[in-house]
Amino acid sequence: MKKINLAVIASLLMLAIAPMMFSLNASAADKNTVNSLATLRDSTPIDRQKEPNSIPKVVNKDIKQGRNYPMQPPVIPHTTRSYEVNLNNNKCMSCHSRHRTEKSQAPMVSVTHYMDRDGNFLADVSPRRYFCNQCHITQLDAEPLVENTFTDMHSLMKEKTATTEQH
Amino acid sequence: MTINRREFIKANAIAAAAAVAGVSVPAIASNLITSSDITKLKWDKAPCRFCGTGCSVNVGVMDGKVVATHGDIKSPVNKGLNCVKGYFLSKIMYGKDRLTTPLLRMTNGKYDKAGEFAPVSWDKAFDVMAEKAKDALKKDGPEALGMFGSGQWTVQEGYAAVKLMKAGFRTNNIDPNARHCMASAVGGFMRTFGIDEPMGCYDDLEAADAFVLWGSNMAEMHPILWTRLTDRRLSAPHVKVAVLSTFEHRSFDLADNGIVFTPQTDLAILNYIANYIIQTDRVNTDFVNKHTNFRLGETDIGYGLRPEHELEQRAKNNGETSGSSTPINFDEYAKFVSTYTLEYTAKLSGVPEHKLKALAELYADPKIKVTSFWTMGFNQHTRGVWANNLCYNIHLLTGKISEPGNSPFSLTGQPSACGTAREVGTFSHRLPADMVVKNPKHRAIAEKIWQLPEGTVPPKPGYHAVLQNRMLKDGKLNFYWVQCNNNMQAAANINEEAYPGYRNPKNFIVVSDPYPTVTAQAADLILPTAMWVEKEGVYGNAERRTQSWYQMVEAPNGAKSDLWQLVEFSKRFNVEDVWPEELIAKKPDVRGKTLFDVLYKDSAVGRFSLDEIPEDRLNHESRDFGFYIQKGLFEEYATFGRGHAHDLAPYDRYHQERGLRWPVVNGKETKWRFKEGSDPYAKPGSGWDFYGKPDGRAVIFALPYEPAAESPDEEYDLWLSTGRVLEHWHSGSMTQRVPELYKSMPDALVYMHPDDAKKRGMRRGDLVKLISRRGEVQTRVETRGRNKPPIGLVFMPWFDASRLLNKVTLDATDPLSKQTDYKKCAIKIVKV
Repeated sequence: MKKINLAVIASLLMLAIAPMMFSLNASAADKNTVNSLATLRDSTPIDRQKEPNSIPKVVNKDIKQGRNYPMQPPVIPHTTRSYEVNLNNNKCMSCHSRHRTEKSQAPMVSVTHYMDRDGNFLADVSPRRYFCNQCHITQLDAEPLVENTFTDMHSLMKEKTATTEQH
Repeated sequence: MTINRREFIKANAIAAAAAVAGVSVPAIASNLITSSDITKLKWDKAPCRFCGTGCSVNVGVMDGKVVATHGDIKSPVNKGLNCVKGYFLSKIMYGKDRLTTPLLRMTNGKYDKAGEFAPVSWDKAFDVMAEKAKDALKKDGPEALGMFGSGQWTVQEGYAAVKLMKAGFRTNNIDPNARHCMASAVGGFMRTFGIDEPMGCYDDLEAADAFVLWGSNMAEMHPILWTRLTDRRLSAPHVKVAVLSTFEHRSFDLADNGIVFTPQTDLAILNYIANYIIQTDRVNTDFVNKHTNFRLGETDIGYGLRPEHELEQRAKNNGETSGSSTPINFDEYAKFVSTYTLEYTAKLSGVPEHKLKALAELYADPKIKVTSFWTMGFNQHTRGVWANNLCYNIHLLTGKISEPGNSPFSLTGQPSACGTAREVGTFSHRLPADMVVKNPKHRAIAEKIWQLPEGTVPPKPGYHAVLQNRMLKDGKLNFYWVQCNNNMQAAANINEEAYPGYRNPKNFIVVSDPYPTVTAQAADLILPTAMWVEKEGVYGNAERRTQSWYQMVEAPNGAKSDLWQLVEFSKRFNVEDVWPEELIAKKPDVRGKTLFDVLYKDSAVGRFSLDEIPEDRLNHESRDFGFYIQKGLFEEYATFGRGHAHDLAPYDRYHQERGLRWPVVNGKETKWRFKEGSDPYAKPGSGWDFYGKPDGRAVIFALPYEPAAESPDEEYDLWLSTGRVLEHWHSGSMTQRVPELYKSMPDALVYMHPDDAKKRGMRRGDLVKLISRRGEVQTRVETRGRNKPPIGLVFMPWFDASRLLNKVTLDATDPLSKQTDYKKCAIKIVKV
């Protein structure tokens, strides 16, 4: 059976399909689609494998990353290697709990973390929020394979404000 | 220079921000936008797109785009929480490589299996599909047609697909990817209770005194249930948690009793617990006498491999009788389990005696309310149905069942494995509401509800998931449609049993997906698909909770939902194309009609008008077809279960509720089934009523330990276990496209014991090959981090499309459930 080298055919393909694009009313996005089939495999044929890259390092710069929306749990901007969070210890809280932040200058866990299932505030962090790593993740120094076109509500609002001001 | 940490960070942050913005001076202040016209978000509820927990999510929409998501405070499941995947739902639909046009393999403008993908119109795509389906039908009949669906389909999509395949094309060759995930659980329920799905509910999490995890890493795979379990464990200090697995993982962080056992010996441990309960005289005799029967199951049932495989040649009872059993009494059962002594079990399983005893005591002590949770450790097991049966045994022996906190609880992997795969019956042997195609009465009920002539639904079970791949390879299944799953990455043994079938020149393969997945890459035609809140739908979660959502945003131009695709495709077939004359003669008014008319528009599905859809709601399928199709499909489907212990509420009510747990009787949901007072179907005076069985009694099965299909030997000297990770959902086709999730877990690594690495001259980060008798895959070694395998076993997750782990795995299945064992095969690891 013919081996399909998608990376090579993609460019040829564009020549072949260019006239059809108009009848389909296809947008520029379609071209990208065809070019990037099996994006997560870098278009490697199924019966082959690209050599795996080395394990990326954890981003450890301690620089806060922006959030995509207010409710997004912030990502962890430092390494958490050998941090114990178990039945006996919670290493994260040694910097992020309310009474440690003055010393650590780390951000205090959100007030929502003091609420129980029914929304009542507790004297300390709620046990339902005990395992920090269920929501908060470190970031590795790896370039995403696919761009994400998610739109920040702030940019939509700014567009609208600009439009309003023009009128 | 003195600069404290805080100043250092601040200086760096400003520099970083300035660099990104391309300016050297940061803005001093920004104006707050406060006008409510501009800041207003439209919020709506939807179940999460990922696991079977079924969290409700609030979805914020602005200008036709999802801009925010967060946990729904009003949902009893998650009470405002999400896991990290759930918090990033907002971004799953916005990978830049969303498919927006059908793509067909072509040469010189014509379909060619060896050709290259080129865009075609939907019309042309359906033309080619219909032609291929009709060719296959004409040549080899309905059995040449097949479909592989999903526990991620909406209930309506699954139901529309069942109707199209089983009644329209008259083939039972439809199976969901839930076969890989829940089939053993279904088999366990049907065998022990005669009715599918858990008797308990998530309220057990706040009521139990002890939790036992059997082959379930809830901390990563059901994170929100894990938060509830953690909440219970930490806020009520008497509560104990036991975690059993073949390697140490994150759930061990909370374990009072962490147990790592030799693969497959869970069967022996379960029998040991039963023996311990009997030996220490803690059988709940009253319960056992009133509510159970004992049976001895057939043994030596094979491993679900191809018949010519040596293991199948050797097996004595791998045929039709593999699921049979004979009645025995309590004494015979007690004798059967008596060989599972503490000493024997400890030796076989490698678990210290004191740990086994402490575990058994949680079940035996009548004062402890115990909830057992399990997922793929039990289900992906060549004796998966047995493992389920054996766990029910220990709950039944002690009467710890169907009460708050006393709960054997099979967790579900997919968002609607219960709702769509199991309740709708998208399996090759099933019909809705636990009915099966083999049973003539069940077929008659289906034909009546569908207003179709007797004999429409074929009686022979179709090809299940693993058999579909084998039949594609053998050229027996020639027209194949894959929706809402990524089986070229997910199926076991893809080198030998999946890829050859997809590329077999006799076959035409259609793959519907929002993204260009590995499976799409292996297809002949790719259909761009709308997803999640780009359509209206219903999901059913692991606690029998049915949840609906409205369409909230438009799909990218050109993408269409699975439902639209299925129903639109049905317009391409006249009844005469698919049914024999003698069947048509039984109902002559269908003559000249299309499958669209017969199955959807003119049936009960078509009876709700567009006026019932709120005006401000999107609904591209209904407005295309001219009737409220999601409601029609749901209501017709609900007819199967109402009055038969599967009652669903009226469709409209689900739009108001954060889901309801079926059976919903007189408007009320059911929390604990089979218990009088809690389940309206339990007969008065019965106490407990296992009404799935004719005599109201559940079955305690005598079933032994039997070895795995493949174990390590001198050459292939390691066990390989596969599974998921917290950050990615299944094959990663959605979550790998969310930058934050990708960057947190970009690649699948092989987790090894440091001594195993050292022995092979390997260090963390080394490039290695995992080799089995079937194939190989390259990755890098990980000797630290969240998973700590014992010596002799490695774990590698399968989410990574660039490292296809299933080239290595074995397609051995449970002969009863036909579910693959992804947790055990033998490999060797060599340095590259």
